[in-house]
Amino acid sequence: MTTMTAGAVYGEGSFLASSGRTGLLAWILSTDHKRIGILYLVSMLTFFLVGMTIGVLMRLEQLTIGPTIMQPQTYNAMFTLHGVIMIFLFVIPGLPASMGNFFLPILIGAKDVAFPRLNLISWYLFIGGAVLAVLSMFTGSGPPDTGWTFYAPYSIRTGTNVSLAVFAAFVLGFSSILTGINFVTTIHRLRAPGMTWHRMPLFPWSLYATGWIQILATPIISITLLLVIVERVFGIGVFDPAKGGDPILYQHLFWIYSHPAVYVMILPAMGAVSEIIPTFAHRTIFGYRAIAYSSIAIAALGSLVWAHHMFTSGMSEFANMIFSLLTFLVAIPSAIKVFNWVATLYKGSIDLQPPMLYALTFIFLFCIGGLTGVMQGALALNVHLHDTYFIVGHFHYVMFGGTGIAFFAALLYWFPKMSGKMYNRRVANVAWFPIFIGFNMLYFTMLTLGFEGMPRRYYDHLPQFHAGHVVATVGSWFLVAGILMLLGNFVVALFKGEKAETNPWGGITLEWTVPSPPPTENFEEVPSITHGPYEFNPVAGR
Amino acid sequence: MSSTVTHEAAVHRDYGGAKIGMWLFLFTEIVLFGGLFILYSAYRTKYPHEFHAAGQELNYIIGVINTVVLLTSSLSMALSITAVQKGRQRLATWLVGLTVILGALFLVNKYVEWSAKIHHGLYPNGPELLKLPPGEGLFLGLYFTMTGLHGLHVVAGMIVLSIMLVLLAKQRVHQDDYVKLENAGLYWHLVDVIWIFLLPLFYLAA
Amino acid sequence: MSQEHEHVVSYATFVTVWGVLLTLTMLLTFASKLFHEALSVWAMLFITPLKAGLVFYYFMHLKFEAPLLKGMVFTALATLVVFIGMLFLDVSFR
Repeated sequence: MTTMTAGAVYGEGSFLASSGRTGLLAWILSTDHKRIGILYLVSMLTFFLVGMTIGVLMRLEQLTIGPTIMQPQTYNAMFTLHGVIMIFLFVIPGLPASMGNFFLPILIGAKDVAFPRLNLISWYLFIGGAVLAVLSMFTGSGPPDTGWTFYAPYSIRTGTNVSLAVFAAFVLGFSSILTGINFVTTIHRLRAPGMTWHRMPLFPWSLYATGWIQILATPIISITLLLVIVERVFGIGVFDPAKGGDPILYQHLFWIYSHPAVYVMILPAMGAVSEIIPTFAHRTIFGYRAIAYSSIAIAALGSLVWAHHMFTSGMSEFANMIFSLLTFLVAIPSAIKVFNWVATLYKGSIDLQPPMLYALTFIFLFCIGGLTGVMQGALALNVHLHDTYFIVGHFHYVMFGGTGIAFFAALLYWFPKMSGKMYNRRVANVAWFPIFIGFNMLYFTMLTLGFEGMPRRYYDHLPQFHAGHVVATVGSWFLVAGILMLLGNFVVALFKGEKAETNPWGGITLEWTVPSPPPTENFEEVPSITHGPYEFNPVAGR
Repeated sequence: MSSTVTHEAAVHRDYGGAKIGMWLFLFTEIVLFGGLFILYSAYRTKYPHEFHAAGQELNYIIGVINTVVLLTSSLSMALSITAVQKGRQRLATWLVGLTVILGALFLVNKYVEWSAKIHHGLYPNGPELLKLPPGEGLFLGLYFTMTGLHGLHVVAGMIVLSIMLVLLAKQRVHQDDYVKLENAGLYWHLVDVIWIFLLPLFYLAA
Repeated sequence: MSQEHEHVVSYATFVTVWGVLLTLTMLLTFASKLFHEALSVWAMLFITPLKAGLVFYYFMHLKFEAPLLKGMVFTALATLVVFIGMLFLDVSFR
């Protein structure tokens, strides 16, 4: 890959300068992992904003008892779409597709990923799946109303546009699989000379574990979604009790993927946090190997717990007990990471820059999410909490307070490297307040509402839940305001931000040794690695 | 490492990486079909007699013939790799061509089987199938789904191998660079392995 | 960059493996037709993975590949086996 230097705004040799093609084609035909990462980033953030808007509308509906701004059928379509968009178009591609694509090769000292053309194809599939998902909203009998989980038999019988929507998810699954194949191969084959596995930074470790889940779990959802289409079209009967089928088998197949999928969502987020904390504590990470191996452990154990989504479905009691036990066990490697991050702070020289602020927030919110998850693993509690707002609160704490906040932290950390511009740090810090307060108003209230019995996916609520709903809705407004402030800050920085230095934060992993933004081939010479990734020298300092 | 004369100098080549990538992709295919095997095993446990009875509907002779056809196609595929490694470009091309023909033969058999079933009303939601007890209907439903998905993969494999024929003819796959053919072969062999499992599950269940 | 000098499997080896596979197929067919149910199921459970294993090991070259690749294949197959096994925690105990 040769670079034609154009000496544009971003400087000679930068990957952002022209590469021979011009304009849009230079981006959508590029196999440069950095450009693909940005293509993903921009498209994902767009979908995030759409999904966020749907969430705001849902909360508006719940602001009053009875219809507020929509009818029940619309509400059903809204929560389905909110889930499908957020999960399949934002959180699952998430950090791997955006930051992983941009930074994995750089972090391991490589020029690109193992299969650059496959990488571009995975983005095309991502956009293709998104287009199909949008089409499913506006064609046929209207957007699906099944929830993002598409449970049979309702998903087989409903007249809404389920087939198109699940086909969209099928296509998106392929995109995810290709990313996983690419990353696993890249990490095996393209590490720089001297970069043994134990000198590899923790974000690549998390991407490796994630890649395996993408490879081994995603095809199960692919076949499950295909079966929904086959059922709707041909009526084979595999999930239809009238034909001898068993709807619980649908749930098994669905969750065999969708549970490991949540580890696809969280592992890279944890990996990014593991990069950020040492940098801003100016200390080496505590327990490097424990964190690295816990990523593998989470991927492995997390593949064994899927039926904890099905405790009340009618499964055998024996299965309930085994899956409950395994669910408690899977919390252990996650907890190991939390302890290690906190231990890293001890005797560190803490610099509370925006990435660090958000990374620490991640730890706090993820703990609440994780602990509420463990609670749900208890069979006796699960009977009361299943399908209530408690579950909704739980998964928003882990997916949004966890992955979402870590995503923001990673953006705050790596934006200067990607764009060559520095954003307004005070605005980023100020935005934290409405985000944190709004988030907890919105989702902690859901935990209490659920505990009191408020069911999920209900268009309306009883008077006893009303106060909680109002608090949650107002919280959603603060949260959205904060997010818009945070993201708007980046947009402004792109146009008016100051030029960023090569190493604004004092990090010592490989990305901080290349210019901001990096040149097309990342490194002028292939780096040679002689030490671990976080060996800060406390005496010399920075 | 020497570079062959015909190739662009700056292109990154990693034989080991290409193989790993292909195997990782094959894992996704294994798990994809695995989901259907999961369903089959669950329903066989639930409806052992019905699965046994419905198995009578299938002609095991055609099943065995198709197995022999695919096993032979795997042989020709594997031989073609040896041929390329030994520089026997023409022989390799013929062997790949034979593989494609055997694949087509497999599909013809499948077509004959399926049309017989459909003609007799034994297809999902077909009149005769609906008269059968639920477990038997599920057996046949799974039969169509699994052999259908497998058949699609045979078609895909034939397309990939046809592309290999073109590349072989154009010398873009040759003794010093044949990983594409190897990877295509891996895909074809996996299609064979899946059939190896489908045979007893459906044709020898009776 | 020339392909690393790969181990070349002889034509004869492949033909032999093919012969074994055909024999096993015939054995399997007869077992299912002649033996009573339980025995024929065991025959299936044993012979079928053996056939698949031969295809993996010889036709797909796995016998001559690095331990890393063998480990990956094992991981993938073990994952599927675990999924099926854990599903039966439910299906068999209802």
